[in-house]
Amino acid sequence: MITVGMDLGTQRVKAVVLKDGAVMSRGQAFSGFDPTDAAEQAVEEALKQVHLQKADVAYFVATGSAIEMAPYANSTVSMMSADARAGIYLFQNARTIIDVGAEEARAVKCDENGVMVDFVVNERCAAGAGTFIEAMARALEVKLEEIGPLSLKAERASPINASCVIFGESDVVSLIHRQESKPEIARAVFDAMADRISSMVHRIGVNPEVIVVGGVAKDVGFIASLNRKLGLNVLIPDYPDYAGALGAALIATSRAKEVQK
Amino acid sequence: MIESSIKSSVEFWRWEEYNRIMPGKKWTSKDLITAGVDVGSVGSKAAIMVNGEAYSWGITRTGSNSPESAKKVLDWALRDTGLKVSDLKYIVGTGYGRVNVPMANKAITEIACHAKGANYIWGSSVRTVLDVGGQDIKAIRSDETGRVVSFLMNDKCAAGTGRGMEVFADLLKIPIEDIGGISLKVDEEPPPVSCTCVAFAKTEAMGLLRKGWSKEKVLAAYTRAMAVRMANLINRVGLEKELVITGGQSKNIGIVSRIEVILGVKCLPMPNWRENGLDPMVAGAFGAALFAKALYEKAQKP
Amino acid sequence: MLKPCTKRRKNPRAEDEIIITHYGYSDGSGEYYITIDTDKCDGCGKCVKQCPQSALRLETIFIDLEDKIVASVTDDQRKKIKYTCGPCKPESYNTPCVLACESKAINCTWKTQ
Repeated sequence: MITVGMDLGTQRVKAVVLKDGAVMSRGQAFSGFDPTDAAEQAVEEALKQVHLQKADVAYFVATGSAIEMAPYANSTVSMMSADARAGIYLFQNARTIIDVGAEEARAVKCDENGVMVDFVVNERCAAGAGTFIEAMARALEVKLEEIGPLSLKAERASPINASCVIFGESDVVSLIHRQESKPEIARAVFDAMADRISSMVHRIGVNPEVIVVGGVAKDVGFIASLNRKLGLNVLIPDYPDYAGALGAALIATSRAKEVQK
Repeated sequence: MIESSIKSSVEFWRWEEYNRIMPGKKWTSKDLITAGVDVGSVGSKAAIMVNGEAYSWGITRTGSNSPESAKKVLDWALRDTGLKVSDLKYIVGTGYGRVNVPMANKAITEIACHAKGANYIWGSSVRTVLDVGGQDIKAIRSDETGRVVSFLMNDKCAAGTGRGMEVFADLLKIPIEDIGGISLKVDEEPPPVSCTCVAFAKTEAMGLLRKGWSKEKVLAAYTRAMAVRMANLINRVGLEKELVITGGQSKNIGIVSRIEVILGVKCLPMPNWRENGLDPMVAGAFGAALFAKALYEKAQKP
Repeated sequence: MLKPCTKRRKNPRAEDEIIITHYGYSDGSGEYYITIDTDKCDGCGKCVKQCPQSALRLETIFIDLEDKIVASVTDDQRKKIKYTCGPCKPESYNTPCVLACESKAINCTWKTQ
């Protein structure tokens, strides 16, 4: 049975194709002004890779911030539930899932069956989401993909404002004027992110294993700061940005089976 | 100290450093001369009062060293007055965070000093003060004596602060001193932007521009959202007439007029500080100097 | 060491005299404040002990020309209060700190957008 999960994020739409519950392919497209169109593209890309078509799909589940714009969806699921489900699939012992996207972040507590037990969300505020890192990288005049590795070269960092992107930017500029080194400023950025995310996660409790998903999980600088802040080593799956879509696809498989009964 | 931000070549909140002696005022050694020193994150102010009346004041930029900024601004306030620091019977220090004013006899919170100073400047009818600084917003409810009844300070989120407005002015490439007037150049007030967050509002604004909205319309939508936010903060402490707006945004007529419309009140006008009036920026220092008088008098009682 | 102020102020004013300090913030996601009436607060410290997050502390403030010990939210929790107070469910207004206060000096205001 073929199922598809779609995660309509603020920056990109991700799609995952499962066959009998196993990952076959992935696709993505920039959300831009038309998330529906982007979702169609992402799904098509994923299906093409395994020579399948839309008609072959038994069940579509959509999730993500632009969830209501999803095409094809037979049903929807919250990001929290999708994250919890994907977490367990990726790491059997996952109990805390931290999902940091471009504009939102959330932390989910789940049980051993991947059922969401508690959650906390950071939304409508750019601090503690990917936007924070993007803005700081711009202020530091460093490419987004370089700021992470750069920060790993620093042994220390001066604290910067973690509660607001705009204030953080001012602090970064201050540090530049004070002639602190770029690696140290970069590390300050990630320490601030980690501080904000850590505060959020403590709201539901830090229960190992802690896994980190979402686009920002790919950033080595962020993970290093987060590990320091949480006092443990978080686990990161391959393709962490596809976790939402994966969770949706897994739920699609369960729901399809229910329908078939 | 956070240095002020930078990229705008025109600093709106630019005010000149200056000192002023109130015309026609004098002092004698029999008078109770007190001082207040307010070291803010961007500007430092000092006020000298003779028997509780404003005599002179000074405003300078806060440097990287808070005790030195305090000393410098107090010297400015004393300039050409013939007074020395030793002539001051009591000095109260105030300002941003746990600031250090070394020559102060006592430190009092900036909120208490600001409320007291607003009461002095505008009179006992002032009950609500909205102070919008470069990096924070304070809403204060006070009574007829300038005693604080309720207050809150928002320094977590840049929305509405001077810094937040600068970001938008930069985005739309409008000189910051014009954003107030330009935001009013719309035939019909558009709905406010949906994002309070400045970073997200920027993206929303770019989308609106692409959709064909004029700069004026986008600015109006954003300014409206910020005015709503500030009105909510005022309502949080409770609005009571008369209302006064101080700080950088008091110069933004786009913000002030919208707050007035949303709350259904008219703010008290600014005193003409460029000529003979009291400068609202010095409110905290005036309040501190008044507290200094009260504390000195209290200490004299057996 | 100053003792908690248990006396009424020398010139008692009207019964609805208050000085309410709001600790917290409002941002795009909502409004979150712990409010402390520093007139009603007598510095007993019960709320400080009850807070499971150690977010409260006693501090000396200067009110009405006198030093007074009152409760306040710690500086480093102030801007994170949404997350700090989350586990105590402030939407219900029956948080441990509020329940512990005999003077009804502490309260919470919570609104998510």
